[in-house]
Amino acid sequence: MARPVQYNVKNEGGKAIHTVAPPEGYTGEGFFTTKLSDVVGLARKNSLWPLPFATSCCGIEFMATMGAHYDLARFGAERVGFSPRQCDLLMVMGTIAKKMGPVLRQVYLQMAEPRWVLSMGACASSGGIFDTYSVLQGIDQIIPVDVYIPGCPPRPEAVLDGFMKIQELVGKESIRRRNGEQYKQLMESYGIQ
Amino acid sequence: MALTNETIKERLTAKFGDLLTNFEEPYGMLSFEAPKDQNLKLLQFLYDDPELRFQFLTTLCAVHYPDQKGRELAVVYHLHNLQDNVRIRFKVFTDITTPDIFTATNLYAAANWMERETYDFFGVNFIGHPNLKRILNVDEMDYFPMRKEFPLEDGTRIDKDDAMFGR
Repeated sequence: MARPVQYNVKNEGGKAIHTVAPPEGYTGEGFFTTKLSDVVGLARKNSLWPLPFATSCCGIEFMATMGAHYDLARFGAERVGFSPRQCDLLMVMGTIAKKMGPVLRQVYLQMAEPRWVLSMGACASSGGIFDTYSVLQGIDQIIPVDVYIPGCPPRPEAVLDGFMKIQELVGKESIRRRNGEQYKQLMESYGIQ
Repeated sequence: MALTNETIKERLTAKFGDLLTNFEEPYGMLSFEAPKDQNLKLLQFLYDDPELRFQFLTTLCAVHYPDQKGRELAVVYHLHNLQDNVRIRFKVFTDITTPDIFTATNLYAAANWMERETYDFFGVNFIGHPNLKRILNVDEMDYFPMRKEFPLEDGTRIDKDDAMFGR
């Protein structure tokens, strides 16, 4: 017997379905005006292309997050890219050894603007339990980070939460931010042109 | 006739006299100490001798004994006689201020990477090594991390909250 398709078609069980409100704007008959920034943000945040930089156990949790049960694709991040040139979101998951540092930085530099960075797990965020000579004590020493996910490793729910925080940032970001003085200073503090 | 530890010891003392010291057999494995300038002669003898035939270098590493003044660094050789299936081990000690040891790369090609690793972590200077540079750590590192000279954790750090990290 075929499994009935019901959950997205009919609202059986009376669960509340929320639709997202449109961005602030002026509506008339047959038209809607709003800020370009809002529309761009809306488009960007619902079609992020993540670049997974998975080096250890956090990477395994990320694989679970991408799988059918948790399904990161629901958030528009269906397309995981393995070329930094095409991706918007660098997801750093796992211990970054000092020797891996320049590689990570190179990957970040190869990404086109606008780009965001998500640091998943204790190791990527702070070095974690590896308080030692060979491990980078947090990737924010070499590249700027937008969202940190705590946990060792974080559960897929935490990854989804972190991803939604990124979406929030992306949606609200002004399209002029990356040309701004503050952003330039941030990049300069990391020695990035 | 199987090769026994007694035979090995006899052949070694016949050749090197009392240069080799501290013979012991923990868990049945013959181990001893040699002076550091004799390490190549000893390896060559163990390799060439028709009875001993220790022709396989299992591993080579270093140990740091910070309390033994003048002989802080030990380089340990593990050798294997594959025909009789007998293993031995010997150590050479050196001062940490002059950590110079002759390289075994001319006898065992396998010693190349092992000696690079030993140099990387303990700073043992293998004289005559064809390519003595760091193998595992970043090239910019200016210290030898496995020496017992460093605190396990950096006490000056402020970015790690002690309450969060269970200290």
